[in-house]
Amino acid sequence: MAKQMIKVKINGRDREGAVEPRLLLVHFIRESVHLTGTHIGCDTSHCGACTVMLNGKTVKSCTMFAVQADGGEITTVEGLMKGDVFHPLQEGFKQEHGLQCGFCTPGMLMSSYALLQKNPNPTEEEIRWGISGNLCRCTGYQNIVKAVQYAAKKMTEDDINAKNKAVAQGGK
Amino acid sequence: MFKTTPEVGGMGHSIKRKEDGRFLQGKGNYVDDVNLPGMVYGHMVRSPFAHARLKSVNTEKAKALPGVLAVITGEDLAKAGLAWMPTLSGDKQMVLATGKVLFQAQEVAFVVAEDRYIAADAAELVEVEYEELPVLVDPKKATDPGSPILREDREEKTNHIFHWEVGDRASTDKNFSTAPVTARVDALFQRCHPAPLETCGCVADFNKATGKLNIYLTSQAPHVHRTLFALVGGIPEQNIRVISPDIGGGFGNKVPIYPGYVCAVVASLTTGIPVKWIETRSENLMSTGFARDYHMTAELAAEKDGTMRALRVKTLADHGAFNATAQPTKFPAGLFSICTGNYVLQDAFCEVDGVYTNKAPGGVAYRCSFRVTEAAYLIERAVDVLAQELKMDPIELRRKNFIGKDQFPYQSKLGWSYDSGDYHANLDKALEFIDYKALRKEQEEKRKKGEFMGIGISTFVEIVGAGPSHTFDIAGIKMFDSAELRIHPTGKGILRMGTKSQGQGHETTYAQIVAQELGIPASDITVEEGDTDTAPYGLGTYASRSTPVSGAATAMAARKIREKARKIAAYLLEASEEDLEWEPGKFWVKGSPSKSKTIQEIAFAAYTNHPQGMEAGLEAVNYYDPPNLTFPFGTYIAVVDIDKGTGAVKIRKFVAVDDCGNIINPMIVEGQIHGGLTEGLAIAFMQLIDYDESGNVQGGTFMDYLLPTAVETPNWETGKTVTPSPHHPFGAKGIGESPNVGSPAAFVNAVVDALSHLGVKHIDMPMTPAKIWQVMKEKGVAG
Repeated sequence: MAKQMIKVKINGRDREGAVEPRLLLVHFIRESVHLTGTHIGCDTSHCGACTVMLNGKTVKSCTMFAVQADGGEITTVEGLMKGDVFHPLQEGFKQEHGLQCGFCTPGMLMSSYALLQKNPNPTEEEIRWGISGNLCRCTGYQNIVKAVQYAAKKMTEDDINAKNKAVAQGGK
Repeated sequence: MFKTTPEVGGMGHSIKRKEDGRFLQGKGNYVDDVNLPGMVYGHMVRSPFAHARLKSVNTEKAKALPGVLAVITGEDLAKAGLAWMPTLSGDKQMVLATGKVLFQAQEVAFVVAEDRYIAADAAELVEVEYEELPVLVDPKKATDPGSPILREDREEKTNHIFHWEVGDRASTDKNFSTAPVTARVDALFQRCHPAPLETCGCVADFNKATGKLNIYLTSQAPHVHRTLFALVGGIPEQNIRVISPDIGGGFGNKVPIYPGYVCAVVASLTTGIPVKWIETRSENLMSTGFARDYHMTAELAAEKDGTMRALRVKTLADHGAFNATAQPTKFPAGLFSICTGNYVLQDAFCEVDGVYTNKAPGGVAYRCSFRVTEAAYLIERAVDVLAQELKMDPIELRRKNFIGKDQFPYQSKLGWSYDSGDYHANLDKALEFIDYKALRKEQEEKRKKGEFMGIGISTFVEIVGAGPSHTFDIAGIKMFDSAELRIHPTGKGILRMGTKSQGQGHETTYAQIVAQELGIPASDITVEEGDTDTAPYGLGTYASRSTPVSGAATAMAARKIREKARKIAAYLLEASEEDLEWEPGKFWVKGSPSKSKTIQEIAFAAYTNHPQGMEAGLEAVNYYDPPNLTFPFGTYIAVVDIDKGTGAVKIRKFVAVDDCGNIINPMIVEGQIHGGLTEGLAIAFMQLIDYDESGNVQGGTFMDYLLPTAVETPNWETGKTVTPSPHHPFGAKGIGESPNVGSPAAFVNAVVDALSHLGVKHIDMPMTPAKIWQVMKEKGVAG
């Protein structure tokens, strides 16, 4: 089958590849770029294990072609850390025991990440709806909700600290 | 028990999990992440029919497609004697079909190609000619004279597989004949599927130059699988290395060996190229190990005051096309005979008949210790029906009949010796979470207004942690388990296990056992599992056996090390062994605590300054054979509200008070409870693998096979009582499955309770809104 060149930015890095038009985005990410944190759980977009951010919105990369992402910016779970430091969501998932087998975790993190970008201070109900496109078979979601709450609090505090720091530095 | 510091992190500390770091960064290594040089892909061709004669399989067009390396058929495997393979329950199963197919999605041919897309294209080009045969879907018709005989390969020309019974039939029948009160429930525990989020798969990598076969496998029992590959495939066992990498949930689904694994291995053996085979979700739901499908009847006989006398159980088990249950050899119905629950009975009798139908094979223990879920559900439903019959409060009826805490070890009428329990205290603890009287009053008032709320209770007992090996085996291999602990010169260590975590947190909890036994910080112990070339032989992780068996092996290995450490300490301190006192982390001389040696100092000496004549090093291995099973228990209470307009059930409150004996890591135990309850919720309200009359699967995707999201799942309230197991080295019992075993009855009891004043006695799972609405409509109360 004829191949087509695509170019995307994944976690800040340019990636190019010649792909069949039918190649799923998730296979491009996992098998062409070798970022295997994004998982496949159901093939039908129900489970959300393949969730990534594309141009600022979450997509289920198992139900999208790689060519549809051409020119786009993608963030996967591998792009969450800042250097060696966990993102507050990663920290929250660890502190609140928000993961067990770890298979849903990358998608769960990306959906939570998108939620907190839109809504930095969500209610429990908003968190539950925010991750309702992601299935978890192990945790019963309760500790995932707590993990997202942990991250929301931490990010708000970090934000305030950063602002205070900026004010203090501005005053010098 | 000695309480270690949080830094050491022994028993009872909620230390954070060691395995989380890699999972949170997307650096887990699941089987589909394994990518070997030159690797090719397998794709299965499956039958669209539930029962059909296989007229021909034409692979020419598929083989002609560029990029296709091979197409394997049943006839090809038959030449190598591999068209059939043994199951874990004494039956055999087709790897690839020859002669005929017996269930929809049965494996017919295996395509190997350079990439997964070409493999899927080629699978479409395999031309299979079928001649449809009459289909047997209803297990109740399996032994009818007019029904087709499914298994032509068997000598016995019947669809009946086995009859199994336990208990005293005559005395039970006699007891019933004189009982003032009897109650009966007919309950189907529906066919469902464990559906871990990661499907099953493997990478088979045969190196023709070295003769070594590496199999990366989603396996809950890697050592047993290695032995079976050796025995069935004729490959020398030392040349097989099974590696279970990170596993994305198992829940029993990853205990059996599936045809796809065998085909990938055959393809790699033939080509000398690594072959990857990963199931799609539909393949997972339609062809690999289903669970339950028990058509059960329970009858209870009692006095008028509610004192129970006898239990009689009759069950028809639908095993599908092959008897491929994964359970101990001597127990065709698993540990179903725990169905007497936590009640004192004079007599009990239980019988089970297994039959073939044109459905996928299986009968795996889905988050369950071999049919315990079915048993707990049945008795807890039956007790509620008896309460209804007696017009007695279901809590009082239970309390009246509980085995007393001074009656342990308790010998059940169906042959088990319950190790320990305090059911009354556990029930009382659960009742502290609710105001039962107020809820009953509210229910009464709501009923007057035509509103429906229900309170469901389930007080269950489990039976987990198989062996003992004199009674239990899997495919002939005795059910012990193992731990190998090696302490390095600097006092750090590595612990290798015969089990395999699928999310349970073994890397953390096993290290905590070592921390408790030796005082070496849990963070200093690496835990390794799943590589059969390095780990000691074990039976694997299922049936809540990791803590009861391998956890015990870990403690015993650590205690062996402690005894050697005592000798070294005596030598170093120039004291006699008897004069040494131990607390986790150090030995000291009685009366002079300043004269002491830490375990780290002793470890260093074991390699640098050990006594003359003593073997160097500090390591031990233990193969633990438990003297008995363990019997965790609990009380679950569900409070539900039913919308009469839609039949939808809202879980207002759910309380789970578990007793799993002594706890290693409370955080992980609570996480297991949350997860198990959510699977129980799914089973009670959503999950069903159904078949139409032609044998077409009705639950083959997550569109049809429903799993709860965060929105449907309530917050779970948990509590505990602690009744240690008297025979376990540190008094633990196991927890992973209790919430899944105990909760379905709580949900059904709650829904039936909401409608019981209308004469409703039972509703089968899954209790979908449509089903509940229909019941309410029949009673004239639907909105």
